[in-house]
Amino acid sequence: MLEIILFSLLNGILYGLLLFMLSSGLTLIFSMMGVLNFAHASFYMLGAYFAYTLGMHTGFWPALILAPILVGVVGSLVERFGLRRVHANGHVAELLFTFGLAYVIDELVQLTWGTVAVPYREPDYLREPLFTLFGTDYSIFRGVVILISILMFIALWYLLKKTRVGMMIRAALTHGAMVGHLGHNVPRLFMLVFGFGCALAGLAGVIGGPLLATEPGMAATLGPIVFVVVVVGGMGSLPGAFYASLLIGLLQTFFVAIDASVADILGIFGLQIDPYGEVARITLANLAPMTPFILLVLMLIFRPRGLMGELEP
Amino acid sequence: MLKSVRTLVTASLLLAGTAASAAETVKLALIDPLTGPMAAAGQPAFEHLKLEAERINANGGLNGAKLEIVGLDNKVNPQESLVQLQKAINDGIQLVTQGNGSSVASALITSVEKHNRRNPGKEVLYLNYAAVDPAFTNERCSYWHFRFDANADMKMNALTNYIASNKDIHKVYLINQDYSFGHAVSKSAQEMLKQKRPDIEIVGNDFHPLAKVKDFTPYVSKIQASGADAVISGNWGQDITLLVKAAAEFGLKAPFYTYYGASSGVVTQLGDKGVDRIYQINEYYGDFEDPEMAKKQVEMYEKTGWDFYYLRLSTMLDMLKAAADKAGSTDPKDLAKALEGLSIETPTGEVTMRAEDHQIQLPMFISVMKDGMKYGAEGTDYNFHKIAEIARDDVTLPTTCRMRRPN
Repeated sequence: MLEIILFSLLNGILYGLLLFMLSSGLTLIFSMMGVLNFAHASFYMLGAYFAYTLGMHTGFWPALILAPILVGVVGSLVERFGLRRVHANGHVAELLFTFGLAYVIDELVQLTWGTVAVPYREPDYLREPLFTLFGTDYSIFRGVVILISILMFIALWYLLKKTRVGMMIRAALTHGAMVGHLGHNVPRLFMLVFGFGCALAGLAGVIGGPLLATEPGMAATLGPIVFVVVVVGGMGSLPGAFYASLLIGLLQTFFVAIDASVADILGIFGLQIDPYGEVARITLANLAPMTPFILLVLMLIFRPRGLMGELEP
Repeated sequence: MLKSVRTLVTASLLLAGTAASAAETVKLALIDPLTGPMAAAGQPAFEHLKLEAERINANGGLNGAKLEIVGLDNKVNPQESLVQLQKAINDGIQLVTQGNGSSVASALITSVEKHNRRNPGKEVLYLNYAAVDPAFTNERCSYWHFRFDANADMKMNALTNYIASNKDIHKVYLINQDYSFGHAVSKSAQEMLKQKRPDIEIVGNDFHPLAKVKDFTPYVSKIQASGADAVISGNWGQDITLLVKAAAEFGLKAPFYTYYGASSGVVTQLGDKGVDRIYQINEYYGDFEDPEMAKKQVEMYEKTGWDFYYLRLSTMLDMLKAAADKAGSTDPKDLAKALEGLSIETPTGEVTMRAEDHQIQLPMFISVMKDGMKYGAEGTDYNFHKIAEIARDDVTLPTTCRMRRPN
């Protein structure tokens, strides 16, 4: 039992951190520009594919740095030459633009890298066990991923809270017009934030690719969950996104690990609502992929502003 | 003189006539996932069919007609498959094949039955090369459906015979996809193990959503904690690749007894961690000791980038050709009649399409992943080495099918 709890905890945190890396960029972009970027998960996918292709020439580690930068550049260009022009036509136009962009990126990826998963893997020496507990190996790569995620979290916090750029960004979040009047180039700031957010998604792709699978469907599988994270955490709240990511990561892994059905759980509370067992027979493990969405619905009913959101959406 | 000229003209006209019928094309539509997470299961089948169709055409085609393969993408979605089936029918295609997903096969069988009842003379024949839910050749058997792969029960019969003989196995964990096929695998594994080795304990029986799970680590932790010394899985496509990948990463010692462990991607993802750990029950294996087959493997990998994995697709086309030549026609009605009870020789021995239920009877093999193989899969040195052969008579199972034949 202890080993299940321990490894579910480790796996849940790892998955949660990966989700946070993705959703932090999304929530940053949303709170600053009011753009709900539907193509965000597509940038995550681009990160994985770029790293795969670059990695064949430069090796894994340089690709780890270069691929997110490349994705960031692509993101900046999209903002500069696409989103900024559409911006004048209001939020609906922006939403539609990013929606279309997601499809375009999906198709381009399939045209370039094919419709089947590519063999993007971490180097062999990272596949060795970091430690072995209860006969289960925990690979070095997973340790590295956790380390990168935590470093990224610290860097992000430092950037936003302790630097001049961070101050400008925070000011522009709430008082964009005033920051502009003070002589700062707000459109350029937007471009940088958008690019930076995309680069974070790209970084998540670089480490998520070998961890999960690098295939054209990877954006579609993670995309909806990232939106759930942002809504559950509270629109535009970075700490909220952090807690929501961890919560969803842990929920999904623990639900698989628990061998119980819905009826068993209700039984603990003495509830017998489904005598024929048609619904209650479903096991928690079967519900696991659904948990983010159940959480989303419950959150919207009981606490629409999310865990740490300041505004009612 | 005049007479001989006339004969010559008649002869050349006759020749032109046969030439015209020789140029006739019969289309076979493959309705399978050609994009998306399961494309790694559909794409190699598509390439395999195209390559083998060339061979069939070089050897005279189907009763003289040229065979052409048409790929239709269904994304493993039953609704999408029906749309593609309709598209094929509208294009005048009367032969369809599909393999990936019994959920899809189930929809196709119903739809083909209905179509054939309503459109006599324009019948469609459904050749199933991999959807192995036992129901399709038992309670739900159909005259227009022919299965060229051993069904889930036959495979489990062979697999459990092998597991039962291994006295080191005491605890078995079952993990399968959550739909009709996965449940069929789980059910027959439990029943057959109970019968053959009552002392074996089933320590886990998990179902996960089809083609949705990207991270199998929570399942692997569960298997590890259960203390299982063998895992049985019917997973296919991405679900088997990611499952064994996660297992290897966490150093799970228990071997995997699988239906589709040699699916494309597994060897690349696992490398040395899969050696002696992944077993597969299939109609073929990766040794290629037959030089003819070895040539095909090399040729296919060079031309398409996929391995020669689906021997049953070659068997299917060979049987189709034999049926067409025997019937002297490529009309689905005649083909179906000729296919019933048809036997042909294949590289692994004689196979027969049982008339009773349209289920192929064939020998099966258990193989295990090994390093340093002469013909490696996916451009590596790894491939699946044959460790046991199960004769046709030991694979076969009785059927409950009561075939309703058209008058």
